[in-house]
Amino acid sequence: MTVPVDPTPALQEYAHPEKLVTTQWLADTLGAAGSGNLVVVESDEDVLLYETGHIPGSVKIDWHLDLNDQVTRDYVDGEGFAKLMDASGITRETTVVVYGDKSNWWAAYALWVFELFGHPDVRLLDGGRAAWQAEGRELTTSTDAVPAATSGYPVIEREDAPIRAFREDVLDFLGGQLVDVRSPQEFSGERTHMPDYPQEGTVRGGHIPSARSVPWARAAAEDGRFKSRTDLEAIYQGELGFDTSAPVIAYCRIGERSAHTWFALTYLLGFENVRNYDGSWTEWGNAVRLPIAVGTEPGEVPTR
Amino acid sequence: MTDALPAAFAEIADDFHALGGKDRLQLLLEFSQSLPALPERYAEHPELLEPVPECQSPIFLITEVDGTGRDATARLFFSAPPEAPTTRGFASILAEALDGRTVGEVLDTPEAVTGELGLAEVVSPLRLNGMAGMLVRIKRQIRAKAAL
Repeated sequence: MTVPVDPTPALQEYAHPEKLVTTQWLADTLGAAGSGNLVVVESDEDVLLYETGHIPGSVKIDWHLDLNDQVTRDYVDGEGFAKLMDASGITRETTVVVYGDKSNWWAAYALWVFELFGHPDVRLLDGGRAAWQAEGRELTTSTDAVPAATSGYPVIEREDAPIRAFREDVLDFLGGQLVDVRSPQEFSGERTHMPDYPQEGTVRGGHIPSARSVPWARAAAEDGRFKSRTDLEAIYQGELGFDTSAPVIAYCRIGERSAHTWFALTYLLGFENVRNYDGSWTEWGNAVRLPIAVGTEPGEVPTR
Repeated sequence: MTDALPAAFAEIADDFHALGGKDRLQLLLEFSQSLPALPERYAEHPELLEPVPECQSPIFLITEVDGTGRDATARLFFSAPPEAPTTRGFASILAEALDGRTVGEVLDTPEAVTGELGLAEVVSPLRLNGMAGMLVRIKRQIRAKAAL
């Protein structure tokens, strides 16, 4: 790690405090002469937000345009990622701090993709863009301070298995610690299509049998920062009775909101084995021969 | 390609197509900044506006038709927060192209028009669905209000 971790006491209660930084720490670090090898990345739902003003020196990485492969429904490969890193001024030694809109849900997704490539040091700005802005910190439309392109980011073969689940994995996992982080309406399968209105792209409403419902935003406080460890434990260990040593799979609609939950479970609560099923409901809800459950209860695991 | 577009959109499409990727985003940003504010009669009554759930960000719209039939004038009004500039940009394009046109012109706008503006590469096709969702709702409201 080339850049020291944020020593803020409030972060130390989490299982892996080195994965989070506070807005104050980031402002101080950016302001300090020779802040070391640090690159700030903005990753938003809204593709234009960066252009309206961003943290000075930050680079924009868009999940859809930059991180997704444009042909296969998958993430970019090692070469694509290396190219993106070079263009963003990020080397393998760079400490990356990601922030974004919507309580960091897209930022967490970008961070998760960085980890598929095993980038050694990538952290999340607690509270994201909203917290930075609410504190009146500097945003700029200038790209003058954006890091110059670098070269030589190694071509790393993406390692999906530890943190990414595919539909076959989920099918074998029914009855395990499976968490659906979409809204209660999406979970129950209740839908409100009116005539002539475009469909959202999913044929069936409902959830994966045996999944528990915990909307992702429950992990976030009102200001967009993560809730305290105690509050998070009350939800995932208390309410759900999840065991940190047993595997978890989280999913949502396309895997972005569940990346936020994946982050909270892995790094804030110290769950040992959490995977994000990014195929999520758009795959499962449409897939031939896959069972679903409808209603507010998790539902039974079907016998196959 | 763009010469097959309705006049209302052709000019906007030409402007976008004349630019490279980053500049297209800047132009969309300019559109988002020029989205007219809601007139007072709607600003004070947000419940009159229709939400567009195809957009990931909150946007609301309402239309007015002055008269009946295809020759009546259509008016379009939108409300979206500043933290949703892409959605504001989409709304602003639709407002510039269609606000003040006849009902017939609005209804004849092909839904595929949103894909012809050169935006898919810079904002992604998925995000463009939101713009198509707005257009569908606009046409639906206008058709009903013009008693067609």
